Amino acid sequence: MNITLRVWRQKGRGDEGRMVTYKVEDVSQDMSFLEMLDVLNEKLTLAGEDPVAFDHDCREGICGACGVVINGVAHGPETTTTCQLHMRSFKDGDVIDVEPWRAKAFPVIKDLVVDRGAFDRIIQAGGYISAPTGTAPDAHANPIPKADADRAFDAATCIGCGACVAACPNASGMLFTAAKVTHLGMLPQGQPERAARVVKMVNQHDEEDFGGCTNIGECAAVCPKGIPLDTISQLNKDLLGALASGKL
Amino acid sequence: MTELYIEGDPIRDEKAPEGPIEQRWDKRRFSAKLVNPANRRKLSVIIVGTGLAGASAAATLGEAGYQVSSFCYQDSPRRAHSIAAQGGINAAKNYRNDGDSIYRLFYDTVKGGDFRSRESNVYRLAQVSVEIIDQCVAQGVPFAREYGGLLDNRSFGGVQVSRTFYARGQTGQQLLIGAYQALERQVAAGTVKMHTRHEMLELIVVDGRARGIIARDMVTGEIETHFADAVVLASGGYGNVFFLSTNAMGCNVTATWRAHRKGALFANPCFTQIHPTCIPVSGDYQSKLTLMSESLRNDGRIWVPKKAGDQRDPRQIPEDERDYYLERIYPSFGNLVPRDIASRAAKNVCDEGRGVGPGGLGVYLDFADAIKRMGRPAVEAKYGNLFDMYQRITGENPYEVPMRIYPAVHYTMGGLWVDYDLQSTIPGLFVTGEANFSDHGANRLGASALMQGLADGYFVLPNTINDYLASGPFEKLDENTPEAKEAAESVRARINKLLSIDGNRTVDSFHRELGHIMWEYCGMERTEEGLRKAIERIRELRDEFWQNVKVVGTNDELNQSLEKAGRVADFFELAELMCIDALHRRESCGGHFRAESQTEDGEALRHDDEFAYVAAWEFTGTGEQPVLHKENLEYEYVEMKQRSYK
Repeated sequence: MNITLRVWRQKGRGDEGRMVTYKVEDVSQDMSFLEMLDVLNEKLTLAGEDPVAFDHDCREGICGACGVVINGVAHGPETTTTCQLHMRSFKDGDVIDVEPWRAKAFPVIKDLVVDRGAFDRIIQAGGYISAPTGTAPDAHANPIPKADADRAFDAATCIGCGACVAACPNASGMLFTAAKVTHLGMLPQGQPERAARVVKMVNQHDEEDFGGCTNIGECAAVCPKGIPLDTISQLNKDLLGALASGKL
Repeated sequence: MTELYIEGDPIRDEKAPEGPIEQRWDKRRFSAKLVNPANRRKLSVIIVGTGLAGASAAATLGEAGYQVSSFCYQDSPRRAHSIAAQGGINAAKNYRNDGDSIYRLFYDTVKGGDFRSRESNVYRLAQVSVEIIDQCVAQGVPFAREYGGLLDNRSFGGVQVSRTFYARGQTGQQLLIGAYQALERQVAAGTVKMHTRHEMLELIVVDGRARGIIARDMVTGEIETHFADAVVLASGGYGNVFFLSTNAMGCNVTATWRAHRKGALFANPCFTQIHPTCIPVSGDYQSKLTLMSESLRNDGRIWVPKKAGDQRDPRQIPEDERDYYLERIYPSFGNLVPRDIASRAAKNVCDEGRGVGPGGLGVYLDFADAIKRMGRPAVEAKYGNLFDMYQRITGENPYEVPMRIYPAVHYTMGGLWVDYDLQSTIPGLFVTGEANFSDHGANRLGASALMQGLADGYFVLPNTINDYLASGPFEKLDENTPEAKEAAESVRARINKLLSIDGNRTVDSFHRELGHIMWEYCGMERTEEGLRKAIERIRELRDEFWQNVKVVGTNDELNQSLEKAGRVADFFELAELMCIDALHRRESCGGHFRAESQTEDGEALRHDDEFAYVAAWEFTGTGEQPVLHKENLEYEYVEMKQRSYK
């Protein structure tokens, strides 16, 4: 099939950026979306033009590196990562808009590549359990009810891609933050730092220029890993508890 | 063959203590010099790569108080390719009470590696495995649990006990996030300085010691010089030399190859693992292959039609016209034979014309029986995410139609040669995880890569690197140090060269062609004739690359073609060495199958009298004869015999 792409091109941080139209011919429906962009880039390179820069690595939906807004939807129409989106989701003659994540906290580096360093800094603020190497008790010392373990796991599957931020009208990073707060907060090992963790992570989130959460739910709707929206309720509950305890 | 390489002096691991195997690690930890906590602050370590082996080492050395600088080419350390490991991590906990022990894990790993790994290293790996699980649980890694709240286990290929800990089909992700969080905790504490979107392009060696790296800031193009008292490479494997592999797109050999060019020996480069259960290739545009976890072989059954060329819908093929070939040939291990054996068996049935799917390059992995036995919800709970991934990629529903799978390049057992301390032949250069060669011999067992990466990073390196650092801090260096200047200039010259060729072919087109050559001649089956042809073609293609590659853009920006071009240039040199190594090893062992060396029933035939050694290669120049140094392998505990999984 033949596709028309309108792709965001931006040389660097200082550049204004614009949408540029490209035709891609003979697209197979078994191609992934990124393989279709590879085909475009091969063509551009041979023509001596700058290929479209986009982040990607594992191409199997787990590293979280890839992510673009496709026709206005983060990761496109299939609720998966961009690398796992295949061209069978489109049809011959389609015009597809491709844009980077748009959020103040994620400045564009080039074309479709953005800087998501803010996520790492939220983790630095408290998204861990302090367990220096060598200090651990036997793994079976502390049985964990399966329901708690499963809930922690569901939250832990976050890949840090940033689609939640791109989808949110407020550009909030709350689903990402809440996923980590819930993952660690559900586990007995995570209790000693639970109150401090949520406060520090939320503070860092706000410092990074993410918007506030107003419970719209667009984040969970595009999340390729299905992180549930109620992790944000959990975060709010933990935050309120931490602040009310007065122990911080 | 002597025209291809020169044989040099043998090499020995001087660091592994003698004596009873179970005491060696204790002895080494005791004999290694220590650095007192106050002095650690004065010592610096560079760590390249943030996968399991790199992130765990950075976190642990940071906690110990060293000044650590960590580098990764991705935008965040959390994206390193360890994240994609699916199935699990082995540990000799014997929580199942099924006869497991440290000794059995050691034995299985030595046997699984087809007697081409070191006993001392493997025993230590098995010892440390137990602590890894404890450490990860303490960090909050959400391993699968049973209703009683205790950890669950499953089985993997090549073993008859259940010792694999897992987190659904995302074990690598959960372990890496654990290590990543520990790393970020140290970043916050100020002990680790993180450099994301930085690629190491050269090693700095001063007075014979590794003293730093040249790295390119991938956003600005700046060529930076970083110094330290020791350098650790945890930069992963080189499977992408085949173009199509299960590796991430960015995985590359550059860090280790640059070190090899500076004097570090490269060991057993031809030992690559072809994983039996991957989604088959669907077209020329394909950029990578996707693995389906080996854990699927716990419940899925692998088969092809008995009749060649049978085009029927698999569901229409009656039971007695199917060949469950692994169960037939290997009744005691069945579908859970080691990876090298399962892969070759798949190739053999496809060569007989019994393969399925496009081009006849596929076999069925069927869950119909499992769904009948366990019910669909149980299958969903255990393998749901894998089934979803399969459906997403192929557009077929694996709950209804058997999956099609085919072997693909997955892991490289070869890597930089290291001693028991994980130190390479360049003093001060340490190598951990997949980037070194040390523990898996000629074939790695499933769920052992995660074990080795974390063993190296959390427990081994932090107890050996001190022995080296105790003689530091070394002389202070700056950018005017001649060796550093020379290294930075060579990097700039190479980049300028790549940008100025302005030829007619893209980097990918060269890479794809190189991959075809390697897969055809240095893949699942290797022959004398094929390998010679491959060497010739690699050299021709490499020459063409340096005259005809087209890289657009400049160095002073994010330039993904330039990044790729540098990596592919190094793959060309590595590819030649892999073929020479494969050619010189005139035996079959593990993943290295020489057609000339097989038993009557087509199994790998080793020649222990001639080849029971590690082949460690010394670089002498591009296209020049490398020098072979042999490290003799001795087996005091496990008797060397023909592997049998029948």
